[in-house]
Amino acid sequence: MNTESMTEIWVYLSAQPLLWLTLTLAAYLLAIALHRKAGGHPAVNPVLVSVTILVALLSLTGTPYQRYFDGAQFVHFLLGPTTVALAIPLHSQLKRLVAMGGPLLVALVVGSLTAGLSAYAIGALLGASAPTVASLAPKSVTTPIAMGVAERLGGLASLTAVFVILTGIFGAIFAAGLLRRLGVKDEASVGFAMGLASHGIGTARAFQISEQTGAFAALAMGLNGLFTALTLPWLLPLLAPLVRP
Amino acid sequence: MIQAFALLLAFQLAGETLRVALHLPVPGPVLGMALLLIWLVARGGPGDDLRHTSGTLLQHLSLMFVPAGTGVMLHVGRLADEAWPIAIALVVSTVLGLAATGLTLHVLTRQGREASR
Repeated sequence: MNTESMTEIWVYLSAQPLLWLTLTLAAYLLAIALHRKAGGHPAVNPVLVSVTILVALLSLTGTPYQRYFDGAQFVHFLLGPTTVALAIPLHSQLKRLVAMGGPLLVALVVGSLTAGLSAYAIGALLGASAPTVASLAPKSVTTPIAMGVAERLGGLASLTAVFVILTGIFGAIFAAGLLRRLGVKDEASVGFAMGLASHGIGTARAFQISEQTGAFAALAMGLNGLFTALTLPWLLPLLAPLVRP
Repeated sequence: MIQAFALLLAFQLAGETLRVALHLPVPGPVLGMALLLIWLVARGGPGDDLRHTSGTLLQHLSLMFVPAGTGVMLHVGRLADEAWPIAIALVVSTVLGLAATGLTLHVLTRQGREASR
């Protein structure tokens, strides 16, 4: 096969959703295989590895993100029904969740305010620009809520999505070890903290630890999304004087 | 499997409808999750099909974040310009959020366990 016909095939395939959809799944399967090979070490995070592979491929081939997303959107779409499916582990842990209702709500308020307000304050004090700071504040909650909240605060939705994912990857890698060092080892506290501070990616990691940890993470993710959406737009203007003009 | 998938989509659709109709700040899928939970409580639990399909999807929850995560390439410029404030704010606030949540719940439930003895 000569170069010309190879180029022709590439030009055709690279414009089809099929190519980048297939490569997204292939990158993920490779990431999962590496994760297993590393004995499930949290640093070999499947999201981090997949994204690294895909960004490298897109950069090497000069493919714009929008064209990539035309294919990958089919995977992205599954985030919706999968979020709905979190109701099943929640249901199986419902008795414990209800019995712990009071402490869970207190931990929700304390944790959510700490994560959101500290991100905003630290970013502002270190001189980050106003759109960056507004995009940082909701980074602990699940992507669609975070994007909506950031836009209302004057942030950039797509930048927020990046912060959300980076936060999730960081939480998935370090949360369990950090909490263990603080003496927090019970499944409920570990799961709830992971879901609250690092949303769906933390929840995915929590399910690897145990179903019970995952259920608490899923609950925290949902509650923090709700709580953040309702409170952050009112609270952040109080911290606005910290942001450089 | 298709039946269970259709059910999940139907609940997502119901959540989405509720969000638009009532102007709620919460995304449709999260509302759909809450509605499905209510339905499961009313029915006494999921059937085998739903349990199996949900298990498969949740096992690969990480995959669903890959397309959005790859969007990091759109923001390389800003991330490089403001790398330190962004990195420090993300790391410190996430550590604080994790510690605050985990410690609060741990302490409160430990008191609860001791009180019930």
